[in-house]
Amino acid sequence: MGLIDAPTPTVVSVDPVNSEGWITTRLDFLVNWGRANSLWPMPFGTACCAIEFMATAASKFDLARFGMERMGYSPRQADVLICAGRVPFKLAPVLRRIWQQMPQPKWAISMGACASTGGMFDNYAVVQGIDTIIPIDVYVPGCPPRPEALIHAIMMLQKKVMKDRMSDSAARVEMDPDPASQLYIPPSRIDQLSEQFGNSIPQMRSGQ
Amino acid sequence: MSGFTVIQSGTAPGLPTPASPKNVPHRGGAANPSAEALKAQFGDAIRRVEVVWGETNVTIDLARALDIVRWLHDDPSQHYEYLSDVTAVEFRDRGMPIEVIWHLRSIKYRRFLRLKAPLAKGQPLKVSSVWSVYKGADWLERECYDMFGIVFEGHPDLRRILLWEQYAEGFPLRKDFPLRGRFSRAEQLRQALSANPEARYSMEELSIADAFQELPLDMRARIRGGESTGE
Ligand code: SF4
Repeated sequence: MGLIDAPTPTVVSVDPVNSEGWITTRLDFLVNWGRANSLWPMPFGTACCAIEFMATAASKFDLARFGMERMGYSPRQADVLICAGRVPFKLAPVLRRIWQQMPQPKWAISMGACASTGGMFDNYAVVQGIDTIIPIDVYVPGCPPRPEALIHAIMMLQKKVMKDRMSDSAARVEMDPDPASQLYIPPSRIDQLSEQFGNSIPQMRSGQ
Repeated sequence: MSGFTVIQSGTAPGLPTPASPKNVPHRGGAANPSAEALKAQFGDAIRRVEVVWGETNVTIDLARALDIVRWLHDDPSQHYEYLSDVTAVEFRDRGMPIEVIWHLRSIKYRRFLRLKAPLAKGQPLKVSSVWSVYKGADWLERECYDMFGIVFEGHPDLRRILLWEQYAEGFPLRKDFPLRGRFSRAEQLRQALSANPEARYSMEELSIADAFQELPLDMRARIRGGESTGE
């Protein structure tokens, strides 16, 4: 999914004679370049890993260098879900609902041993691997991962985004689970969850 | 909301100046004066008083628990105005009963008292709620019920608080509860995902209750129909 090796895109041709400069490039490349460098993360911090995520976002490690300084605390305005910390079973349906409210194209990073595998919490309360609930693009090992590790994961994600092809829509198709499975939440329900509240504007997935 | 009273720590006359305790013995040492007062007031209902690491543990009769707590709260010579915890302990030794534990603090007298009441073996796990004395007992007792299955009689709304309400595997802090739960991982995930997260809150818990009249009409109708609140 998006990881096929493609030739490096030819970037720019400039005509110095014409004062109205123009460039040619592949649309794919331009769009991906834009996307990869302005990913808006939705931090889903559930435990200690979130502290390390905060450090990553703060001035010392400065996530803004990757175009990610704008944290989207609304899933409807986010591109990448960063799950930092363990996911208890009670949170599983919540996480699922948050994921479903995010518009395509969207990506997910699982940060830390707990989110990725349950980590040391092999007990009755913790989901053993977040990928049993939502699809994950990059797993970050560590307990907690250092900010450098998270940044590395983000750069890997950027590479993945750069390799996206418009002709191959597979990566952008919403993976709707089988309606008979517990993962399935009807679109009407998701719309209802994203209902406007207070002074917010309508931001439903279905665009109503 | 009614007004509130500011209670200043250690305002009772004749209290020693607070100082960090030094050389506290493991067992023995000066007991909290409330223990003697309890013995004088309740006689047989006070079974045992021990001082462990400078803290006084009073083992009491389960049936008198509410009376004792109420007296400690109401009596001006005790003035235990703060309930800091309600919990329980099950021991590894199967012969020993489960104990319910209350941590009480008197801010005025700078005292800390721990009450323990063993639940009789083979009896239903039941104890009177102290909610009528301390409103703060509400969530503490819910947690204790959630983890141990101890029923607090007289609690206004005794349901699970940490786990979701449909949780069917039992009470996790009991010694017979397997660490990984009773069901398979797949079944646990299936049950967790089929829970409706919006249904875990009562109208009061959702601040929606306050803003109810300002909600869009159709949303109000749905909430009133019980769809999103699970009431
Ligand atoms: S991986 Fe480690 S730091 Fe991260 S949530 Fe788990 S225990 Fe906490």
